[in-house]
Amino acid sequence: MSAISDTGTRRDTTFTFTIDGVEIRAQPGQTIMEAADDAGIYIPRLCDHEGLRHQGSCRVCTVKVGGRSVSACTQPANPGTNVESETPYLTKLRRDLVEMLFHEGNHLCPMCEASGNCELQAMAYRLDMTNPTKFPYLEPNRDLDASHPDIALDTNRCISCGRCIRASMDVDGKGLFGYVGRGIKRRVAVNGMDLAHTDAAVTDHAISAEVCPVGCIIRKREGFRIPIGEREFDKGLIGHEIEEKANA
Amino acid sequence: MPELRKARIATASLAGCFGCHMAILDIDERLIGLMGLVEFDRSPVNDIKKFTKRCDIGIIEGGCCNEENVHVLQDFRRNCDVLIALGQCAIMGGLPAMRNAVMHSENPLLECLEEAYISGRFIRNTTHQIPNDPALPLVLDKVYPLSEVVKIDYNIPGCAPTGDVIYSTLASLLAGKFRGFERELIKFD
Repeated sequence: MSAISDTGTRRDTTFTFTIDGVEIRAQPGQTIMEAADDAGIYIPRLCDHEGLRHQGSCRVCTVKVGGRSVSACTQPANPGTNVESETPYLTKLRRDLVEMLFHEGNHLCPMCEASGNCELQAMAYRLDMTNPTKFPYLEPNRDLDASHPDIALDTNRCISCGRCIRASMDVDGKGLFGYVGRGIKRRVAVNGMDLAHTDAAVTDHAISAEVCPVGCIIRKREGFRIPIGEREFDKGLIGHEIEEKANA
Repeated sequence: MPELRKARIATASLAGCFGCHMAILDIDERLIGLMGLVEFDRSPVNDIKKFTKRCDIGIIEGGCCNEENVHVLQDFRRNCDVLIALGQCAIMGGLPAMRNAVMHSENPLLECLEEAYISGRFIRNTTHQIPNDPALPLVLDKVYPLSEVVKIDYNIPGCAPTGDVIYSTLASLLAGKFRGFERELIKFD
């Protein structure tokens, strides 16, 4: 970004900061993650999605700035700061968060139609999550809402990222979804008796394949159109499009 | 230097679909080289039902859904130096674990058995009861991943794991240099 200064000459307002020792250029107002994406450095994230308001709730994008843990998707980039991202400590923290999400819901990849397109699963691959962990599976008893003719909600797989809430509110202007409850009981709920009693449409941005990172929001009759093994994250690790920018 | 003896491998399929054992066959012609390094002890592959000797590597497919699965698994732990959980059912319960929670019921096991033997729409069960012959192994309250029952040394993810990932894991274990998986090879489906 450039601005016109008082003297009428164009002044470059971009600045630099470093991520893991790599100097990158940022524009005023950019978050750490936005600047990193532009520079081809991928910071893992689940609740953040391009085109949606930043929320900073999943904490998978946690980075260290000046020794403090902050979420890269909400923290503005500052000139001259040094951001730590791919350190053993932060990678372990991210893996723990993803493991806890697996343990909190009912994430049975072999029976899920989102397998291969699922960002939670892809994040587990990226973070080398191959072993079962010390956390117990909570195996909650959650609802399946198949009332709508074109859409189903399998809340067993919901990770409460809130992307559908923001997409429906900000992009579709409908407010189909919202958070209910507090603490560990906080869930994403439908604004109505069930999905059939809302004005949800399969053409909504909130219902589109890119918004729900997992297999919770299901568009009926398209689940296995693309076979397992030929899906998005079978082609490459999550974030590879961003990382390829750096090599281009 | 005396010639090294072949590594002894035992395998078993617990609450699985036998797909992971089929995936072992996907190693294809590399099996010939591998068989030069290993011999099979107890395994469905050769139909040996009991351990004849202590084994170096035990490979288990499937989780624990009944009493017999637990006994077999404990027997493997006692008789194998290294125990490998092969596939998602062994690692986290997999498809059989659907009955743990996804049945949307307060008593998922009862509901599962009732639908399977009594109330299901296409059931022809003249006894109208859930099988209860004493010879049948007792069904567990939940399906358990192997690691919740015994200590597991390695996990090979996948449903089923590809022949490539099974081969590379076995080959590197036999060479004594297993260092985890290439990220591109990790798959849960």
